[in-house]
Amino acid sequence: MVLIEARDLALPNRLAGISLTLRAGEMLGVIGPNGAGKSSLLQSLAGLLPHDGEIRLAGIPLPTLASHDRARKIGYLPQFCDSAWELAVEEIVALGRLPWRDCNEAVIWKAMRETGIEALAKKQVNRLSGGEQARVWLARVLAGAPNLILADEPAASLDLYYQAKIMDTLRKHANGTNGVILAIHDLALAARYCDRFCLLKQGNIHAFGTPEVVLAEAVLSDAFGVPIHVDLNHSPPIILPA
Amino acid sequence: MPVANFLLIACVMRNGKISPKSALLFLGLLAAFFLSLSIGSAPVPVLAGLFDWLTGQPGINALVMGEIRLPRTLLAICVGAALGLSGAALQGLLRNPLADPSLTGASQGAALGAATVFYFALLPGLGVFAPLMAGLVGAGLALLLVLWLAGSGRPALLLLAGLAVASLSGAALAAVLNFAPNPFAMQELVFWLLGSVSERGMAHLAFLLPALIIGGALVWRQRPLLAALSLGEQVAASLGLNVRRGGRIIVLGAAILVGSAVATAGNIGFVGLIAPHLARPLAQNRPDRLLWPAAAIGATLVLLADIIVRLMPPGREIRLGVLTALIGAPLFIRIIWKERKAWF
Repeated sequence: MVLIEARDLALPNRLAGISLTLRAGEMLGVIGPNGAGKSSLLQSLAGLLPHDGEIRLAGIPLPTLASHDRARKIGYLPQFCDSAWELAVEEIVALGRLPWRDCNEAVIWKAMRETGIEALAKKQVNRLSGGEQARVWLARVLAGAPNLILADEPAASLDLYYQAKIMDTLRKHANGTNGVILAIHDLALAARYCDRFCLLKQGNIHAFGTPEVVLAEAVLSDAFGVPIHVDLNHSPPIILPA
Repeated sequence: MPVANFLLIACVMRNGKISPKSALLFLGLLAAFFLSLSIGSAPVPVLAGLFDWLTGQPGINALVMGEIRLPRTLLAICVGAALGLSGAALQGLLRNPLADPSLTGASQGAALGAATVFYFALLPGLGVFAPLMAGLVGAGLALLLVLWLAGSGRPALLLLAGLAVASLSGAALAAVLNFAPNPFAMQELVFWLLGSVSERGMAHLAFLLPALIIGGALVWRQRPLLAALSLGEQVAASLGLNVRRGGRIIVLGAAILVGSAVATAGNIGFVGLIAPHLARPLAQNRPDRLLWPAAAIGATLVLLADIIVRLMPPGREIRLGVLTALIGAPLFIRIIWKERKAWF
């Protein structure tokens, strides 16, 4: 089942002719150099940016969906999160229920369990470490029980423990009828968790497909402009500048 | 006291539970209400006076209560509630604890509108309502200018546009004062702008109460947006909320609240800034739960300030707006100090 499909998606000066599909149970990694359009692509898919081209969510054109319907199906985790007020962790996670107009405690606590932040429930989010906060922001998205999660650099600037925690949680979500698209810079981490890849360069798709196709040395070296060494047979995979 | 009762019910009852802090808050408002009714130059029994007035019995008690103290007290409550509510809404919208209702330009626009009519004796047919209506129109025009200038509902741009329009309205108000036809009118205008709830009657209340209900309802309906904006505009939009439209509705509601309050009572400074700040711990810092506690605290603050004004020795009366500013400004400095410590 196709979860989301984009055809000829374009944003002036940012994206051009992007066509991709994400199937249920799949985790798609959007990779590419800085400024390639990864965040713009995720925001367009989330319905947050006006764009040309067509996006269909489970076959339904995205603009025809009511905004709360869209928000129930797509959870968007931005690259930079903060809370303007000193809110408790459980209050932040409960905000994920806004599209549903309820305060379903069971779902909220399930999201906190999945991200391992139950013990932090009463703590103020601004006083947590970066890694703990990252899990809170992800729990907020999970609390909305979306089919599709669009995560923009969810593991950036986290230590190895929290990187693994966040990626494990997302991988777990991308099962059954759900899927995940994430923009990610750490190619080795992406290679370990993602099923398919969309490599962007200057707003265009440079390569799309399985790790073997996209994470080839020649393809990556061409996209990033530096020689890159790739060993996908190693466990975990190795992708480093040569 | 329908407003206070409404506030009491709205805030104390949340999910069918009564929060002790909220109950205390409203007991404080009730106490201030009865204290306000009992204070005046002539000793009048509060309950007997109220009963006489309500049952239409003639007499000095009914007259003092119905014509002087009750309108003044209710007006102070409504003005304070309007300012507190608008402050809470704007702080939530702008994600900034230092945002003040005057930042929409509505406060200055209302003052300019009311002052212009007051001063040039325009709209004589409207009588006592002339400056009130002009104040509301002034606030509305200032708001339209802000929205046009900002070009969108984006909070940061709204803040800048609000400041620009506030400056423009302030300059125009200075020009009106500058070209005053006679010095007495100017003096009267300046005193009016300093803010007061005295010498006003039920007619003022009949104007302010609907504005409070309409403005309050507009803001109240945007609680989900206020909650979501805690995490920023992008997250709010991703949660299915229309940030642009909702932001405009909040600004409109706040402008109605501030415009009507300023048109009725002049500038009562800092209440819109301080009331949400004091209410925040009662609402677990949630901007959507802050609205009615902020309104209740705003009402209590203005009422207490007006009681202090009345308790001052006779002679040159200190204006209500001056007193709230004198109390509010140091609190404002304290908030900035606290924010600074949070940054470093």
